Amino acid sequence: MTNSFYGPLADPAGDAGWVDGDHQPRKGFFTDTSVCIGCKACEVACKEWNAVPDDGMNWLGSSYDNSGALGASTWRHVKFIEQPKPLGAQQAGMEGTAAGVSVTDVLNRAADSALAGDRSTLGSTNRVDLGMPTTTLPGQVDGAQRTEFRWLMESDVCKHCTHAACLDVCPTGSLFRTEFGTVVVQDDICNGCGYCVPACPFGVIDRRVGEKGVTKNEGIAQKCTLCYDRIGDGLQPACATACPTQSIQYGDVDELRERAQKRVDALHAAGVHDARLYGENGHDGVGGLGAFFLLLDEPEVYGLPPDPVVTTRDLPEMWRKAALAAVAMLAGAVAVFGAGERR
Amino acid sequence: MTGVDDRETTDTREGGPAPGLDNPDVANRGRAPGAGDVVGGAAERAAGTSGPNTLTREGPAEPRGAEQALTGQAGGRTPSTTGGRRKRGDKNAVVPDAEFTSYYGRPIVKAAPWAHDIPAYLFMGGVAAGSSLLAAGADVSDRPALRRTGRLGSIVGLTLSLVALVHDLGRPARFHHMLRVAKPTSPMSVGTWILPAYGPFAGLAAASELRGLLPRALRTGLVGRLLGSSGRPAGLVAAAVAPAVASYTAVLLSDTSTPTWHAAHRHLPFVFVGSASAASGGLGMIGAPVAEARPARRLAVGGALLELAVEHKMEQAMGITAEPLHEGSAGRLMRTSKILTVGGVLGTLAVGGRSRLGAAASGAALLAGSACLRFGVFDAGQESARDPRYTVVPQRERVERQGRTHLN
Repeated sequence: MTNSFYGPLADPAGDAGWVDGDHQPRKGFFTDTSVCIGCKACEVACKEWNAVPDDGMNWLGSSYDNSGALGASTWRHVKFIEQPKPLGAQQAGMEGTAAGVSVTDVLNRAADSALAGDRSTLGSTNRVDLGMPTTTLPGQVDGAQRTEFRWLMESDVCKHCTHAACLDVCPTGSLFRTEFGTVVVQDDICNGCGYCVPACPFGVIDRRVGEKGVTKNEGIAQKCTLCYDRIGDGLQPACATACPTQSIQYGDVDELRERAQKRVDALHAAGVHDARLYGENGHDGVGGLGAFFLLLDEPEVYGLPPDPVVTTRDLPEMWRKAALAAVAMLAGAVAVFGAGERR
Repeated sequence: MTGVDDRETTDTREGGPAPGLDNPDVANRGRAPGAGDVVGGAAERAAGTSGPNTLTREGPAEPRGAEQALTGQAGGRTPSTTGGRRKRGDKNAVVPDAEFTSYYGRPIVKAAPWAHDIPAYLFMGGVAAGSSLLAAGADVSDRPALRRTGRLGSIVGLTLSLVALVHDLGRPARFHHMLRVAKPTSPMSVGTWILPAYGPFAGLAAASELRGLLPRALRTGLVGRLLGSSGRPAGLVAAAVAPAVASYTAVLLSDTSTPTWHAAHRHLPFVFVGSASAASGGLGMIGAPVAEARPARRLAVGGALLELAVEHKMEQAMGITAEPLHEGSAGRLMRTSKILTVGGVLGTLAVGGRSRLGAAASGAALLAGSACLRFGVFDAGQESARDPRYTVVPQRERVERQGRTHLN
């Protein structure tokens, strides 16, 4: 089939071999970050429904984001970004008013200790000054002034790519394309080789760390299933069900794309010119995302890659070069025995 | 978030101007960019960045300037400026000072959850592959000591490889699930099927070599005779498959989103077969007398030169993602590898054909150089995944050069 591994592909489930009665319309998420309020109900609902184990209670010092990153035991992750600029035409009326004394150093120390051990994979963090005052009164420090302010929040999730690198590289067939066009791990097949982890261009999937024989699915790759068990029964995924603002919208990808375009047009008309869609375009480097986003800033501000390309695009060239290198090695070995005098 | 930052004093200690909030000009410059504005480079320079601002995974080496505390602006870690060539700051660089934006400096892609089992496998698999080639050639050209070294080297390398591969699985008891499918899109699956095509034959050739250890009755019986006659054909089959064992591992690393591994994909197979040839040639020089080891010396020198030349070319083509090959532990390994490999080549050319001791020392240097290369490339890739710079900057460069990837 054409474009099975790269390029526009309208029907990934059909391309994977689903036919007739089994084949379902492609399902996905449209996450509209402009109405996200950062309540984290999606994170909680996901953990509850999917029985995802605890992966650490830590204050990370990165605004209200204390889950750090998507991973084996964080399938929805709400990001918080604080910026000294207004959102659209909003005026908070804070600019120029006096600021209080900060407790940033205290927060830094807390974050440093929280990022030790297993959590060190989250990397370091640029602490955000939350402006939390100490016991001294606001405005006691001379010259300190507040600025304009906006708070970006985004509930991140597995993108269920049209061309999913994790699925391509999986050597056991554990990762598979469902009849809904989503990408799911079969827990009883995965042997924890870990290849999907570096393959994902978004850093979504990871191998679960835990206690052998105790932690559920310890040692195998885990990620969002788009609630495969729920959507097969006609229910919405847990996160979309729990979302109180419809920031997370679940449905047919075709329809979600239309809805997203209308929403971004409306935001532009309302003066929010930062609004843009991310991953809605089937012509991008991963063939479009099953779970796509409306963002209010550049993707990398949200920790998303600005122009992801599925690694499988370059695989044919890699195999060609590897074959050439193997032939060169064989020829070299023949040559070292063939040329010149014996011994 | 815009409360007073009480770190002016630490900023001063860092030797740069204090970009604290009590200096409105500086504060505005550092703090009021529009959405998506990138202030990393300027802000870091203002704060006198030359190491003190380096963030490590354990936290900041020193408290940073206030402007860096802002989310979604300055990039995360500032790689150490010591050691290795730095292209950042170069006026001619495509991206000046690699300014970029990130989410709290956190990684975008995930580093592979692999331990050092994997680079050890890359090395030992390479030794096994090259050794099978040398063994088959030595068998046909009647060089018994070189044949023995090759056959035993290949089975030892292969056995250790398989142990490392299974050990690195999250669920080692499920290693056989690899055999459920054969997927050309998965280099690991391809490797899974290359090894059964190689291993049994390399094993049979080694068993034939060791048949002298059998009890006399077995040795002279059917088993012994079968082993004796199967050594050569098995060795030849193993040698035919061996180059694939050495080269596919490059694809295994490159077929990922790990920036440094992926960017190396056009060159890495040649680097790896060169490294495998150098290492196995080195082993042959250790195991076989000088009089027999001429092919091993040639393979070693040829492989080492291929590895050195292509590795250099590879780095030229990689842009910013070559940086991790020069920094930290990966940088040390890569430099050590070059010294050992060049030393091994010079030693081989100078005394490899005359002195057994000199040949063995040169061979050992080549083996060690190959191991350092594999661990260096592995570590550099892992580091490139942990720093969002290497994911964001090349993609931004591409977008600015040709627009967002858009296919018709």
